[in-house]
Amino acid sequence: MEDVPAPQLTKRSLLAMVGKAAGASAMYMAMTALDQARASTFKGPVKLEGGAKGASIIILGAGVAGMTAALELSRAGYKVQILEYNNRLGGRAWSLYGGDVYTELGGATQRCQFAPGNYINPGPWRIPWHHYGLMHYCHELGVALEPFIQTNYNAYVHSKNAFGGKPQRYRHVQADFYGYVGELLSKSVRQGALNDRITKEDGEILLEALRSWGALDKDFRYVKGQPSSNRRGWEKDAGGGLTAQPIPSEPMTLETVLRSGAWRNIATNLTWDHQYTIFQPVGGMQMVARGFERAVGHLVRRNSKVTAIKQGENSVTVTFTDTKSGKVMNASADYCLCTIPLPVLSQIEMDSSPELASAIRAVPYSTSVKVGLEFKRRFWEQDEFIYGGITYTDLPNSQISYPSTNYGAKGPGVLLGCYVGGATGYELTALAPEQRIARVLEWGSKIHTQYKSEFMNGVAVGWHRVPWVLGCFGTWSESARANHYENLCKMDGRVLLAGEHASYYGGWIEGGITSAIDAITRLHARVVAS
Amino acid sequence: MKKITLVLLVVCTATMAVAHSQTSPAKAPSWEAQDAADGAFVARTTFAETDGEKMYRRVCAACHMPDGKGAEGAGRYPALANNPRLATGAYSVMVILKGLNGMPPIGSMMSDQQVADVVNYTRAHMGNKYTDLVTAAEVKEIRETN
Repeated sequence: MEDVPAPQLTKRSLLAMVGKAAGASAMYMAMTALDQARASTFKGPVKLEGGAKGASIIILGAGVAGMTAALELSRAGYKVQILEYNNRLGGRAWSLYGGDVYTELGGATQRCQFAPGNYINPGPWRIPWHHYGLMHYCHELGVALEPFIQTNYNAYVHSKNAFGGKPQRYRHVQADFYGYVGELLSKSVRQGALNDRITKEDGEILLEALRSWGALDKDFRYVKGQPSSNRRGWEKDAGGGLTAQPIPSEPMTLETVLRSGAWRNIATNLTWDHQYTIFQPVGGMQMVARGFERAVGHLVRRNSKVTAIKQGENSVTVTFTDTKSGKVMNASADYCLCTIPLPVLSQIEMDSSPELASAIRAVPYSTSVKVGLEFKRRFWEQDEFIYGGITYTDLPNSQISYPSTNYGAKGPGVLLGCYVGGATGYELTALAPEQRIARVLEWGSKIHTQYKSEFMNGVAVGWHRVPWVLGCFGTWSESARANHYENLCKMDGRVLLAGEHASYYGGWIEGGITSAIDAITRLHARVVAS
Repeated sequence: MKKITLVLLVVCTATMAVAHSQTSPAKAPSWEAQDAADGAFVARTTFAETDGEKMYRRVCAACHMPDGKGAEGAGRYPALANNPRLATGAYSVMVILKGLNGMPPIGSMMSDQQVADVVNYTRAHMGNKYTDLVTAAEVKEIRETN
């Protein structure tokens, strides 16, 4: 049976607690850019017809946006070259595998020690079915996909102040929340409280709907019994033979469900970007980068740090430093597509219009921290029957995501032990990597007691210390969007920008792809018209 | 690298020891009291650091680095140490409240007093020697102007 919240809970402390939960939820929403969620504008493979007229383009950045543009422009006949700061292609389509070495700003170096096959995606990690652009390129480029488990009814909802700090199964929280809401609403209908809003006949329909939706009994009550246990699970499961009879489980009380604040975690899984089907590339998000690399990798010059973008009458000249040799070089083309993240671009000498210059400086970059932890065994599967999915907590680590692959594997497993932004994101980033890991390990052990005895190693990425972005993704305020978005996206002389920052998809790869296609379509129209 | 392994090993060994001695209560890690004293990891959407030094060390250092010297990759974080731009207190307040380039308006998660405290700390440390103080009232005024 579930523990109940502390009985001495005053109204004030209750509100404070719920407020904290609200903050967590609000922060999570900001992080995942739900406020910016739109349907993808991708409408099938782009067709750049009419010939490139021998035009050349230099693309800055070999992330997914830059490589999408390179792929389609080279197909259309353009002469394409890409400059990339890193020695690795893909930008934020990135995975950390065993043996990888990552040095963050400030110099801290981590050598990922994961066993073969284990990884984390420090950046984007899921692909909703309606991210048509990314889905298209995965299929085209031979990037195998597998389901990403977003909602797991057997994962936990955890609050340090509710249920005595004991994690609750998601199915208990959701079933009981829906059940009591159904019961209360059906009571209102039957008492005629909604007569001014609903006809008697519709009221009858609603009652049946509520019984079905809330798992109510014949008297419209949400109580211990078969209907509720069919949702929340049984005290003792059905079996065969003489031990066959199932025993129903006891729902939490209405007050417990409401006061826990745990209901807040249900809404996340209902949102457009988190609805099934969601995919992940088999082997990590880096596989998306590898797919593009197979197609356009030969066009990329790595280890090239852009320092200036100059526009002439008929061409664009980009000055860059080879980070291995220190040699300063120039590259020219008729046009330039720049996908460099804005915090970096804002520091690059660039003769753009004042409007574009202002737009580049108007978009702050979100904080975000992800920590991957490797354990000796998959105790979440073996001990707790959690196969993929996400546990939500109001502890600073915010969530724990279990691997959506290789179920039942023996040997070490890696889970995502922390994914958080906001104030916590800065505070974690300010710590040395090993200190971030120590905290995430401690917080997570309040949910999984196996953490400490099974822990092997970890890797921690604070996005504000990622040397080639200086943040996680662009966050547009309403006023910045109104004043600067169009200026950021429209062609400025011979230069135009693309990337998730030039989209309504903050932080999603789909934003990079759709912005790249939009940009090259406009560029091509100009070339054809010239 | 060696340091990381060592620290993790210590954490691991310490916690395993706890797990094996079931009669004694779990020992809090050494950093836990420090975090609480600094006001770190208290809330997700606001900072609870109680003075300027703590705010700098626990928050600003994420980008500007613990020594205030900034860092450089594809782009750079400017050094706050020995930075003549800090001569005007209002400038620092403005940057924290409104953001600058990619820097988020991080002051939106701080109280007026917290902004004043961290500005005053930064302007008087890490090689900066500006002694005039910014007040919470001044921060409030700048916060309320666009």
